[in-house]
Amino acid sequence: MKKRRLVIRSIILLLLGAAVVYTLYQNFTNDTKQKVAVGAQAPDFALVDMQGKKHQLSDYRGQGVFLNFWGTWCPPCKKEMPYINNQYHQYKDKGVQVLTVDIQESELAVNQFAERLKLDFPIMIDTDKEVMNTYGIDPLPATFLIDKNGEVVNYYTGELTEEKVREFMEKIKP
Amino acid sequence: MKDVKCECGHVNPHGTVLCEACGKELIVQSTTEQLIDMRYEGSARRSQTYNKTIIDKIWNFFSSVKVGVWLIIITLIASSLGTILPQEMYIDLPPDVYYEQEYGWFGKLYYQLGFNNLYSSWWYLVLIAMIGISLVICSLDRVVPLYKALKAQRVTRHEGFLKRQRVFGVNESASESDFSIVKKHLQERRYNIREENGDILAEKGRFSRWGPYVNHVGLIIFLFGGMLRFIPGMYVNEDLWVREGETAVVPETDGKFYLQNNKFILEHYDKNKDKTFEKAIDKAGEVVKNYQSNVVLYKRVGENLPGEKPTLKKVEDYKVRVNLPLTYEGYSVFQASFRNELNKMSFGLTNKKTNQSMGELTVDLRDPKMKYDLGKGYSVEILNYFPDFEFADNGEPTTKSRVPNNPAFVFRMVTPDKPKGETSFVAIKQTIEPFGDNQYKMSFKGIETTNVSGFIVRKDSTLWVIIIGGIIFMIGVIQGAYWNHRRIWLQNKNGEVWIAAHTNKNWYGLKREIEGVLADTNLNMPIDQTQLEESDKGGV
Repeated sequence: MKKRRLVIRSIILLLLGAAVVYTLYQNFTNDTKQKVAVGAQAPDFALVDMQGKKHQLSDYRGQGVFLNFWGTWCPPCKKEMPYINNQYHQYKDKGVQVLTVDIQESELAVNQFAERLKLDFPIMIDTDKEVMNTYGIDPLPATFLIDKNGEVVNYYTGELTEEKVREFMEKIKP
Repeated sequence: MKDVKCECGHVNPHGTVLCEACGKELIVQSTTEQLIDMRYEGSARRSQTYNKTIIDKIWNFFSSVKVGVWLIIITLIASSLGTILPQEMYIDLPPDVYYEQEYGWFGKLYYQLGFNNLYSSWWYLVLIAMIGISLVICSLDRVVPLYKALKAQRVTRHEGFLKRQRVFGVNESASESDFSIVKKHLQERRYNIREENGDILAEKGRFSRWGPYVNHVGLIIFLFGGMLRFIPGMYVNEDLWVREGETAVVPETDGKFYLQNNKFILEHYDKNKDKTFEKAIDKAGEVVKNYQSNVVLYKRVGENLPGEKPTLKKVEDYKVRVNLPLTYEGYSVFQASFRNELNKMSFGLTNKKTNQSMGELTVDLRDPKMKYDLGKGYSVEILNYFPDFEFADNGEPTTKSRVPNNPAFVFRMVTPDKPKGETSFVAIKQTIEPFGDNQYKMSFKGIETTNVSGFIVRKDSTLWVIIIGGIIFMIGVIQGAYWNHRRIWLQNKNGEVWIAAHTNKNWYGLKREIEGVLADTNLNMPIDQTQLEESDKGGV
């Protein structure tokens, strides 16, 4: 009789506890979970750059990919662009590809930006916001570092220094 | 922890105060003068008797009504804290900026404590969860013994039980006819009558005792429905803005659905057409009659990568109006909001001296061209475009966002007189000529706006659970509130006829009913023993 009481109460408390833990866990992951977290496979996408060339992420398997999201209205994006450009040249032949995605701006604004800062790497405009949604981009700038197997090894928001850019590119060098 | 056998023969669980069958006091509470405590029929509330293992301790904590009430009070106070400053979902700026900016040190503290998102914070959910657990355990702990006790009660009750009921009276004797009159009256009043050895138990309304437990079940189902919302896919509530003429992907549908907005319509009441409202319109001014978006719903066909143009198949056309959403496969798209956006700006390349326009150009504010050729050697180039213009800290022009809220341009005006071009900075109501006086200027000719419809996309598979929980809750409230559980005992003890009665609510009504039952008989009305005690206290 005693045992039965203990068993029944334990089962009831366990069920209630499980429900509470599940709810809290879901709530926590909803708030903080990265849509594309470090360690996950980088979602494939395809965009056309300002020169008309199509880039599909999976085409760059075997190379490291420095994927940067930006906008002309974002001051830290502007500041870090020259650093990215420098390091792009350094690592171009070492198997690191740079892909940058502008968030829904006009071609005029993007072209002028690229011209003024003399940027040489591929710049693509995400006109429908689809890539931005897939990657869960909220704050800008946002940089994803993808290794040669297509896995996200790092995610960085905030302004990059030249040193950091070099460090990241070194990391994803195949 | 043994069961207790009463002298009447019934075996009671350990800890029972009043025998379930005859009502004899098994555990002496206090002096025999006091009225017995009839809560839960004197049954053993399990949690009061066992307190050994940690499981028991946790169980007993949650089965306490005091704890439950405190939990509710704490949750109420916590809920009120979330109303002091606006919650995160209602503000436009990022929270780490907004609260400090608008409310100073208090705002900063509010944000640091996490109160900007209070109703989703872990500790608030824990409070609600604890109320839920308390509901379950309080109810289980009480309803099981109560049910058993009410089921096991016998007709013939122990002397001590009857003597110490609140409503009790003794008659020297009673005739056969009196008994049958009483039985007839009881039957007329729809009592369920049980007889044993000449003793009568008349009972009605026992079902209303379960009312509180039914309403607790309803609350538990309600909370369960709330919990279901955390399961991904069960509840979707997103904003979607679509410009006229554009197509956008519907959020949280896994890229399956696209919505094209053909036209946004805003209608006002017409004083002349709707004569009934003429006076009201005169008083109020413009009154909106209709917010409507004519949309087309598309479904994606086949797989495609984000960034690539998807293949879409049309599903349906629909005119979304307020409270008349587009519904499809469980999703609803509501007409919620709209805004007007600058779309195109027109300028004239004008000779300042003659005020003659050499040509006009219309700039699409979302996709401006680099050069506009006006013919005859006149052309305008856009050197710089700032959709949402402001001066940066260092005095340089820059843009706040990519939305054309405040467009500004740096134009180069190429004319036959000035083939190298003149530079002019043009914003709304502001023209700056950075390199000295120009011969030409860009005069503002006109502006075109477009509408952007604001939709709410919603999917709610949890609603029916919550509604059922609410209905059961109300049934329980009605069940417990509008009926009373009444029992009247008419028993032969020591050659006398004893009458006792009990109810869980509305003693006045019970006493009136007994008066009616005993009418036309020689039986005396039993007295309310609580009033006896009071008058004793007041006496000499």
